[in-house]
Amino acid sequence: MIVELGHFCLILALCVTVVQSAVPLIGASRRHIGWMETGRSCALATFALIALAMAALMHAYVTSDFSVINVIENSHTDKPLLYKISGVWGNHEGSMLLWVFMLSLCAAAVALFSNNLPPALRARVLAVQGMIGVGFLLFILFTSNPFLRAPNPPANGHGLNPVLQDPGLAFHPPFLYLGYVGFSVAFAFAVAALIEGKVDAAWARWVRPWTLASWCALTIGIAMGSWWAYYTLGWGGWWFWDPVENASFMPWLAGTALIHSSIVVEKRDTLKTWTILLAIVTFSLSLVGTFLVRSGVLTSVHAFATDPARGTFILLLLLVAIGGSLALYAIRAPKLQGGGLFAPVSREGSLVLNNLLLSCGCATVFLGTLYPLFLDAMNGPKLSVGYPFFDRTFVPLMVPMIVAVGIGPMLAWKRGDLLGALQRLSVAFAVSLIAGLILFYMTYGGPVLAVLGIAIAVWLAGAVITEWADRVRLFRMPLADSLRRAINLPRAAYGMSAAHFGLAVFVAGVSASAFSQEAIEVLPVGGTMHLAAFELRLQAMDKVAGPNFSADRATIVVTKGGETVATMYPERRFFPLQKQATGETAIRSGLIADLYLALGEADAEGHWTVRAYWKPIVSWIWLGCLIMAGGGLISLSDRRWRVGAAVRSRRGATVAAAGE
Amino acid sequence: MRRLIALVPVALFLVLAGYFFVVLQPGYDPHALPSAMIDKEAPAFELPGLRDGKALARDTLRGQPAVINFFASWCVPCRQEHPLLMRLAAQGKVALYGIAYKDKPEDSTRLLDQMGDPYRAIGVDRLGRTGLDFGVYGVPETYVLDSAGHIRKRFVGPLTPADIEKELLPLLRTLGGS
Repeated sequence: MIVELGHFCLILALCVTVVQSAVPLIGASRRHIGWMETGRSCALATFALIALAMAALMHAYVTSDFSVINVIENSHTDKPLLYKISGVWGNHEGSMLLWVFMLSLCAAAVALFSNNLPPALRARVLAVQGMIGVGFLLFILFTSNPFLRAPNPPANGHGLNPVLQDPGLAFHPPFLYLGYVGFSVAFAFAVAALIEGKVDAAWARWVRPWTLASWCALTIGIAMGSWWAYYTLGWGGWWFWDPVENASFMPWLAGTALIHSSIVVEKRDTLKTWTILLAIVTFSLSLVGTFLVRSGVLTSVHAFATDPARGTFILLLLLVAIGGSLALYAIRAPKLQGGGLFAPVSREGSLVLNNLLLSCGCATVFLGTLYPLFLDAMNGPKLSVGYPFFDRTFVPLMVPMIVAVGIGPMLAWKRGDLLGALQRLSVAFAVSLIAGLILFYMTYGGPVLAVLGIAIAVWLAGAVITEWADRVRLFRMPLADSLRRAINLPRAAYGMSAAHFGLAVFVAGVSASAFSQEAIEVLPVGGTMHLAAFELRLQAMDKVAGPNFSADRATIVVTKGGETVATMYPERRFFPLQKQATGETAIRSGLIADLYLALGEADAEGHWTVRAYWKPIVSWIWLGCLIMAGGGLISLSDRRWRVGAAVRSRRGATVAAAGE
Repeated sequence: MRRLIALVPVALFLVLAGYFFVVLQPGYDPHALPSAMIDKEAPAFELPGLRDGKALARDTLRGQPAVINFFASWCVPCRQEHPLLMRLAAQGKVALYGIAYKDKPEDSTRLLDQMGDPYRAIGVDRLGRTGLDFGVYGVPETYVLDSAGHIRKRFVGPLTPADIEKELLPLLRTLGGS
């Protein structure tokens, strides 16, 4: 009964979104305020309906209702509650439902928090979001319905893939999807602006918070996925340039470019057509990512559902959404008015450079992901792509960018003084040079590029601090005055500093991975091995039972200079239902280094393979991502989004009055 | 001019969409890309061996059907495919050889220590030259050679249980019989 209700809610939601995608649009062109306002109520109603559908599916999972095919295929009574819930989106149908749920959440948020928007613009934005909703709801209802019943319900289900039963992965999709789908708001704003034929600073102001929020969610989502890969796959890698990872990374790169270029539109009223294009491209990449993952065009471990009918449907969706918006762009963009001029060396110039490098980076990832198949389709020569390709193309593009991130914020708008900026950054440069030389001396004969990477990270951190010190005029005026300036600095400035500082932390963590040490040994119980300064002793092996698995658990005592540092318990788990074994690593994480233990298989004599890694500052990779996302959130709390609101709503009112 | 530039994105997208459309056609199977090398003699190679140093060369493989699997430690789908190869090797009927493609020998060794070694011999293709000769565009890829050293079948991407049961093993049976 509840399941059917969920299904009906989804059908109703489709009907409502059809209204939402048409009526407000007509209202906006006829200036009929009542028609325009239907957009808001439709968006809220859609959200409520899809939330109910989501709740219905969740109910089926939590109560293990095995009359539903989707539950049979992905759940089991023995599964812990957390994974029963995360099982809802751990499969194709459920994850698409989560996708539209996030979409309706965004549309509802726009409907609720857009009192200051001109009604016509709001109506058009909501209509565009309604159209995306129609497409995806049709897709779910016709090709991937999660509410289908089974004619002969079995006693128990097939269970969730053991590799996916992990707390890190349980919350990875919601964040990732919030990020993906959040960019639909920027997309809707871009399309609405193209329909209206007007882009100005106020438009950028409305778009930016939405873009920032989804960028933060995407950052956290990608970081979570990478962290999961790090601690479950059992060999210490954290990024594989896998097509599915790339599918989430491309919108992130484009979105990063977008949050930077929209600053230029907001502050200087220029780069407008480019920003519109970026907004379209960012969401298009989210859609293409969904297509690649869901259609089975690319083979990948992550792709858990592949079906040509679904692929064709998503391709049609892509044609309408991306093709339509880009065609609109081709018609309308040339008519948009250009804005202020600026010198190549200026804040605008540095943001253009940022955009160029990020877009090129995004394009390389795109090519690297699709190139092999592209060439094959044209009967061209076969080329290989993978880690080596991205190391040689993407990384060299990002190095100059990271160096430039330090300089850009020091340049003035319109016309900057590069020499002056570099002079002010001389301390940061000296510090990074010294740090690099010391590290080079300490690790002589080791990886030189890693030393360079860390030096660049120090440079960026130094530049961020210099820029802040410059703003508060530290040491150039009494400390109390500096403190007052520091308090009065806008949150957006702190947000930028934090995000850039997070990038520095991230780069340091990535570079330092070249210094990690590892040891693999086959140990009898009681045997010892050495890694870095540690001695590891396999003290005991035990059999333990989990809720839906049995495991061999090693007890490994880690000592340093005779003193016990830690006792760690790596496991090998066996899931009888799926007849699948997974490794459960034991990680002692710290700011200085991670100690990472993975248990291999036992040989005939009962000796166990133990792999141990010592990885300096590897946790900085994810710490850096969190700081970046935190920077985005700080910037999001800037008062100009709220204080400016009063001014905007007055302007909105006049537009409305003029529209009457 | 501005108009033309504004047309570029949509034109690029249409090319991409056309390509996606081709790829989605029912006959198109990313697992079974045709190879120009089918029924031709396998390119000659002579690769240094991994670990024990036993080298791997084309000419030593002749005399019985051989299965050559290109793999790498940096490749996630290879890890997915690996248990199947282990199972295949355990049956003892298939002469399975590995080529570590663009991979550091120590990384390949680590992969095999971790997941088991299903191969009779492993060649190290550090620069990917042999892969290029075979027409490998990504790992994993698997080639079936008959006893005369001709390529009879190419599998692109990770092997699935169905690939092995329905195609690989029957093909080997016919090759073994002839």
